[in-house]
Amino acid sequence: MEWEVVIGLETHTQLKTNTKIFSGASTAFGAEPNTQACEVSIALPGVLPVLNREAVNCAIKFGLAVKAEIAPRSVFARKNYFYPDLPKGYQISQYELPVVGKGAVTIQVPAVGKHPAYEKVVNITRAHLEEDAGKSVHGAVEGMSGIDLNRAGTPLLEIVTEPDMRSAAEAVAYAKKLHELVQWIGICDGNMQEGSFRCDVNVSVRKKGSDTLGTRREIKNLNSFKFMQQAIEYETRWQIETLEDGGTIQQATVLFNPDTGETRAMRSKEEANDYRYFPDPDLLPLTISEEDKSRVKAQMPELPEAMKARFEAEFGLTSYDAATLTASRELADFFVQTVHAGAEAKPAANWVMGAVSAKLNAEEKSLADSPVGPSQLANLLKRIADNTISNNAAKQVFEALWNGEGDVDAIIAAKGLKQESDSGAIEVIIDEVLKANPAMIEEFKAGKEKAFNALVGQAMKASKGKANPAQVNEILKKKLS
Amino acid sequence: MLQTKKISSVELTQTFLSRIAQHNPNINAYIALDEAKSLAQAKAADALIAAGKAEPLTGIPIAQKDIFCAEGWPTTCGSKMLANFVAPYDAHVITQFDAVGAVNLGKTNMDEFAMGSSNETSYFGGVKNPWDAERVPGGSSGGSAAAVAARLCAAATGTDTGGSIRQPASLCGFTGLKPTYGVVSRYGMIAFASSLDQAGPMAKSAEDCALMMNVMAGFDERDSTSLNRDKEDYTRDLAKPLQGLRVGLPKEFFAEGLDAGVGKVIDEAIAAYKKLGAEIVEISLPNTGLSIPVYYVLAPAEASSNLSRYDGVRYGHRTAEYTDLLDMYCKSRAEGFGAEVKRRILIGTYVLSAGYYDAYYLKAQQIRRLIAQDFVEAFKQCDVIMGPAAPSTAFKAGEKVDDPVAMYLQDIYTISTNLAGLPGMSVPAGFSNGLPVGLQIIGNYFDEARMLNVAHQYQQVTDWHLQMPQGIE
Repeated sequence: MEWEVVIGLETHTQLKTNTKIFSGASTAFGAEPNTQACEVSIALPGVLPVLNREAVNCAIKFGLAVKAEIAPRSVFARKNYFYPDLPKGYQISQYELPVVGKGAVTIQVPAVGKHPAYEKVVNITRAHLEEDAGKSVHGAVEGMSGIDLNRAGTPLLEIVTEPDMRSAAEAVAYAKKLHELVQWIGICDGNMQEGSFRCDVNVSVRKKGSDTLGTRREIKNLNSFKFMQQAIEYETRWQIETLEDGGTIQQATVLFNPDTGETRAMRSKEEANDYRYFPDPDLLPLTISEEDKSRVKAQMPELPEAMKARFEAEFGLTSYDAATLTASRELADFFVQTVHAGAEAKPAANWVMGAVSAKLNAEEKSLADSPVGPSQLANLLKRIADNTISNNAAKQVFEALWNGEGDVDAIIAAKGLKQESDSGAIEVIIDEVLKANPAMIEEFKAGKEKAFNALVGQAMKASKGKANPAQVNEILKKKLS
Repeated sequence: MLQTKKISSVELTQTFLSRIAQHNPNINAYIALDEAKSLAQAKAADALIAAGKAEPLTGIPIAQKDIFCAEGWPTTCGSKMLANFVAPYDAHVITQFDAVGAVNLGKTNMDEFAMGSSNETSYFGGVKNPWDAERVPGGSSGGSAAAVAARLCAAATGTDTGGSIRQPASLCGFTGLKPTYGVVSRYGMIAFASSLDQAGPMAKSAEDCALMMNVMAGFDERDSTSLNRDKEDYTRDLAKPLQGLRVGLPKEFFAEGLDAGVGKVIDEAIAAYKKLGAEIVEISLPNTGLSIPVYYVLAPAEASSNLSRYDGVRYGHRTAEYTDLLDMYCKSRAEGFGAEVKRRILIGTYVLSAGYYDAYYLKAQQIRRLIAQDFVEAFKQCDVIMGPAAPSTAFKAGEKVDDPVAMYLQDIYTISTNLAGLPGMSVPAGFSNGLPVGLQIIGNYFDEARMLNVAHQYQQVTDWHLQMPQGIE
């Protein structure tokens, strides 16, 4: 029997604001416990929340980026439950009326084996603003659990999709795309280790062709794409096996254990909390005017899709190259800066996607840490374009640049990689080669094309690789005709 | 007197402190006193007065309801849960009084978390009504009420969620005002039901209430429900004659349930207003009968959530021994909260539960809008609404403790204004069997200055507000 997996994601995106969503306390990561917990963060008696408009601007940016409806009026609600890291005994969130409504994200699902890469639209159901909880700290005090409320009140945008994804690869592609997008528009630092971007994945399976959804289980708090892939694959297998063995799936919340690669239920639906949501009487409904939207829109950077189209039109890049370069803001910026520094667009695209990306991947570095910056890369590409060096030599220069051996021209000079483009000098070399290889000339004249290539090779060898190969070809052809 | 330097703030504060020392052990109006702190403020006030920088309330000793956080003061909200809590910050109201150099004379007793109409739910014991020690002062601002009535302060602050300023003002015979919702910041005022809670003045006369309002009212960006309006002078209209004032009498306020003696006093007060030139208009508030059931859905719903923070984790009462987290929560809250608070947390939790939310909470919100609409219609026909503030005079301690519904009915005339967000006040209007009766004046939104004028003019021709209980002087 053929099974189909159905996946939807809920992503908690930590918004890049200086202060908390309902108080003036700092949101900086890594401070000593409870040093960023003001009276509102601690939920002292009598304190009240005041909405940070910067968090709202972030939500508007996201709404604009996914072409979503942005609610002119949305409502903050209290989600009531007891937990030591939740100081008020309720979380301020949005429930019935979220700030961002339906939208969509286009994802690129990479090729796997024989299956080619493809594009897919994932629909966004909603995105709502809420506050984060604090953290329990174990082991700091002997025999006790501590509570760190520095994170309590940090603004989050929870982004919820429709159950549109049909494989772990699609889910990961969506998560990566979203991860890039929120960084692209500057609302999230994307730091997954620090918990700035956390995904809950709802997984269910059904028989292929069925249009009803199976019972879902929610994998909580995945903070790496690798774990997400593994968790979904394991969960999918587990659900299919359970059903094939005649079992049923119970709705549940599960956790992924990276050490075992397994998912395990932490609570079933029966044990689930009744959160007793109701509108928070301490906060007025959130209103967003057309002016608010236009003001935020004016501060928005060019979005990836618009930039991709521009790269195709302006630089003549292929759709694939343009999509690859606009997969991240950093990559796109690096490319644009390389072009602005004087490189031609197509070779710049090839080098950024090729040599630069390969090196960074190999050394697990980010573009920001690349030893070769856009201006150096542009200088290198200029030397290829003006025939100073060959493509082969350029690879050696790039290696040297990467290792910090100086600037482009200095390296070319130091390594003697300047190619010979003086036709007179090349003619002298070719004449010598022809004189030394009369047999090859005979073979060429007898119609053996191979002999021509062999002669080019001899000439290049004689020039110690420095002769411009195009010129060698051209002169040799003339001499033999 | 202070500004003419007949008496210094230190002397005045000392006078009140010695009166408190004499009477408070019996009345139990104050639950926290700090002579050193109060006198230091008085001394600072005297310096301001000497420097010619005095404002009307500079150096005046004010009793603060123990619902307001005041830095360095115990702030208990009348609960065992917060019996050990010392506030590390000032409520907006406290800041406002500090800014004009008023003296914080002490923190006053109250029903636990402001839930009650007799002050009997306080962890720190009941408060005696200065007019009759066997009787309650009303609640929840019972300590402030007794302090004002027994002249243990110049004036006091209170809060009113369903009548907690006006009902005790009626039962103790002084003037109390609950302003329009949003006029006084709730920052630092311990929440009971956020959409209904409002702080206000409790004082001898309307004029004193106006001076208090000038200090308490005003926009505060730390309270999102605080209204950003221009500062008002609440004394500006005190002297206006009442000729042509249209007084609405809701027929529902004079129906079954109103004590005959109270009704007679109110009738006489209305007659006095006629003499002052007021016109009487009969009006109807048809949904007023629904206000108690609506209130006892909405207020507990909000309270159940507002009181979740008292979990024994960060501050407040934590049980001595527990086996795990859940046990710690359960025992701490079981021990820390009294019966009435628990009752309301249970009601509130129930009405917000999945499957009941629509039938209770949502329905109550819809009716709340109807109740507010009744007033909108009524104020098309009149300028102020009058009626009793409470259905009876002060009742005996213990009389209603075991009958929550009878207790809840104490607020039958006051609750609808909280639901509508309107201002209301209680003004001394006479006595029934030797016990004070309050006339309630309800105004339109932001009409506090007019209400104070209406009360002040009455107090120019009557002396009910000047009567004092026996045995306190």
